[in-house]
Amino acid sequence: MTPIGWNNPRVRSFVYQASVLAAVIAIVWFFAATAQENLQRLNISSGFGFLDNTAGFGIIQTLIPYSEQASYGRAFLVGLLNTLVVAVIGIVFATLFGFLIGVLRLSNNWLIAKLAAAYVEVMRNIPLLLHLFFWYFAVLRPLPGPSESLEPLPGVLLNNRGLILPAPVFDAGAVAFFTAVAAAVAAGIFLVVWARRRQRATGKRFPAWRCAAALVVLLPALTWFIAGAPFHLDFAVATAFDYSGGMRLLPEFVALVLGLTLYTAAFIGEIVRAGIQSVGKGQREAAASLGLREGTTLRLVIIPQALRLIIPPLTSQILNLTKNSSLAVAIAYPDLVAVFSGTVLNQTGQAIEVIAITMAVYLTLSLITSLAMNWYNARIALKER
Amino acid sequence: MKNPLVALIAGILIGAGGLYFFLPYDPLTLGGGAAQVSSGAAGDGAERASAGETLRRVRNRGFVQCGVSQGLPGFSSPDERGNWSGIDVDFCRALAAAIFGDPAKVRFRPLSAKDRFTALQSGEIDILSRNTTWTMSRDTQLGFDFIGVTYYDGQSFMVRKAAGIKSARDLAGGTICTETGTTTELNLADYFRSRGLSYKVLSFEKNEEALVAYDRGRCDAYTTDASGLYAQRLKLTDADANMVLDDVISKEPLGPAVRQGDPQWEDIARWTLNALLNAEELGITSDNVDEMLESGNPRVRRLLGREGAYGEAVGLRPDWAAYAIRAVGNYGQMFERNVGTETPLGIKRGLNALWSDGGVQYAPPVR
Repeated sequence: MTPIGWNNPRVRSFVYQASVLAAVIAIVWFFAATAQENLQRLNISSGFGFLDNTAGFGIIQTLIPYSEQASYGRAFLVGLLNTLVVAVIGIVFATLFGFLIGVLRLSNNWLIAKLAAAYVEVMRNIPLLLHLFFWYFAVLRPLPGPSESLEPLPGVLLNNRGLILPAPVFDAGAVAFFTAVAAAVAAGIFLVVWARRRQRATGKRFPAWRCAAALVVLLPALTWFIAGAPFHLDFAVATAFDYSGGMRLLPEFVALVLGLTLYTAAFIGEIVRAGIQSVGKGQREAAASLGLREGTTLRLVIIPQALRLIIPPLTSQILNLTKNSSLAVAIAYPDLVAVFSGTVLNQTGQAIEVIAITMAVYLTLSLITSLAMNWYNARIALKER
Repeated sequence: MKNPLVALIAGILIGAGGLYFFLPYDPLTLGGGAAQVSSGAAGDGAERASAGETLRRVRNRGFVQCGVSQGLPGFSSPDERGNWSGIDVDFCRALAAAIFGDPAKVRFRPLSAKDRFTALQSGEIDILSRNTTWTMSRDTQLGFDFIGVTYYDGQSFMVRKAAGIKSARDLAGGTICTETGTTTELNLADYFRSRGLSYKVLSFEKNEEALVAYDRGRCDAYTTDASGLYAQRLKLTDADANMVLDDVISKEPLGPAVRQGDPQWEDIARWTLNALLNAEELGITSDNVDEMLESGNPRVRRLLGREGAYGEAVGLRPDWAAYAIRAVGNYGQMFERNVGTETPLGIKRGLNALWSDGGVQYAPPVR
């Protein structure tokens, strides 16, 4: 019996853990203090005050109001939103397309299955950066200059400066219209859920989808006419070199989404294939013997079971896509890395702060994504009762 | 000791106590101590501590680590066999010759515009000789000192002749391609903003892609320093269909930078450049430098180390300047060889002529 109860495993483990904790804190402290001291010695500015300084540079795609007089903090938000919009759109497209590829690869049609297999092998074995360059210059090459713009529809212009659409401008009364849309969608969802419950409970069927669709179309349409069409379109006007006004989809954006989607979809396709093949053959045969059709079997029997295997690796792919979007700067799409840890870092010289903020953003985005996917995974996981 | 809280506190105390001895300073007085170090010692103590450190490190290593561009003809660009050439490259060779007596004792580190400052700050390179504009914020906030101007430049635009653009003003509403992380982005914004004109900027990470995008018609203009435009124009599919506008929208004094805090190294770099400029003024070239050693002109004798102890004052041999001049020639030779009218770039001396020839290149005397 030692005086401090060393033989007590709980005491011992506490001592070990506390020592490790103290060591980690001391090391972090040591690095932070050394960095701070060196920065001061070398006369390099530090601190986060620069975020309020005037940025003074332009950004080609801004989802929130931004001008050269805005602050670095504002430029950061612009970059963050540009990253988010690419990531979200990329994730949606890559997941849908990846599922399609995964299912097609298992098709009984020889040609389709082989085409899907070839797609996967080609796409996933080419580095992403090359994808981006390829798609960027592939998108640019066939497009004409602004003076020879294609006009597939009146007001819709396509040239190598982007796809220019008329921008909707909301007038007074638009609020009522948007409220009506939201209300109709909410009511529609409620209707579908209610109908499903009632069918389960009583077996009575109700044409919920059709009713919901009618609701979503009719209610906003009615408000539209009552409010007197609270929109007008802002058409692009030709200038010396280009067009001004309207909405614009940049070629850089299209190339980035295209590259990220096609690349990630190849990986997701393989994950989906693995998931589906993991479901026992007996399940399919059982479904067939119940008289379910091929599509219905896939939707109601195979996919729900396959999802349990698909979701965890799918989460990794989604995280990869978000992080890979940081290659955007190579093709001049102004994402967070291009704007913030590119231009802002260079103009302020505050590498530690800027990189720390950028890392914190990607970490936060990844953790939020993981959290959401883990929640979904827990929901669909096999529940053993 | 059944109480886990007591054990936890005991553990922290033991752990922290043990670590206390390994820390190089007292963490408990860190706030005050660090402030003291910086306020009291940033001026003298810390600097004196690192004075001469760079030269010592370079000598031990056996070569100068020089940060250059990833390929800008005339300033720093490698040929097919990996041999670098250009004004910025030659300056580093001159520096190596001044230190080691051998211009080959230099290694070139290609850096993107985005990475160049971090590379210098972190000590990865000894000198940044990479067509970098000397600005106040870079000089004062990044922890650098610029040692002089190797090339007086200004930002301009390259446009397609067919577009009928006569001046930068005509670019209003157009799209302009450039490289990210440079002063060009800011000058561009200043120029158009101050005139109330709109513009769109596409910032690429590397100028190769920016140039390809311009070549494919994605942008109406490509902008960078005029010297760079002349160099880049040669890479286009049809160079003759493009032209550089006469408008210059900014002052871009390009020069090498070193880390702050080592006055000796700063002096070596500054006076190597001054020596090349003075050599041109005194008519010393790489061909006649050995004859000039016997010259009777006291200014020549001082520069070449025949009189006085100017080299020793910065930790170098007396005839350091003679080695530098022998290696790359004087400033004028360096200019003409790399970017002058006989080269594909065909740039006239202009602002970069010596002060005595109507330019602004002027070096303080060696005495």
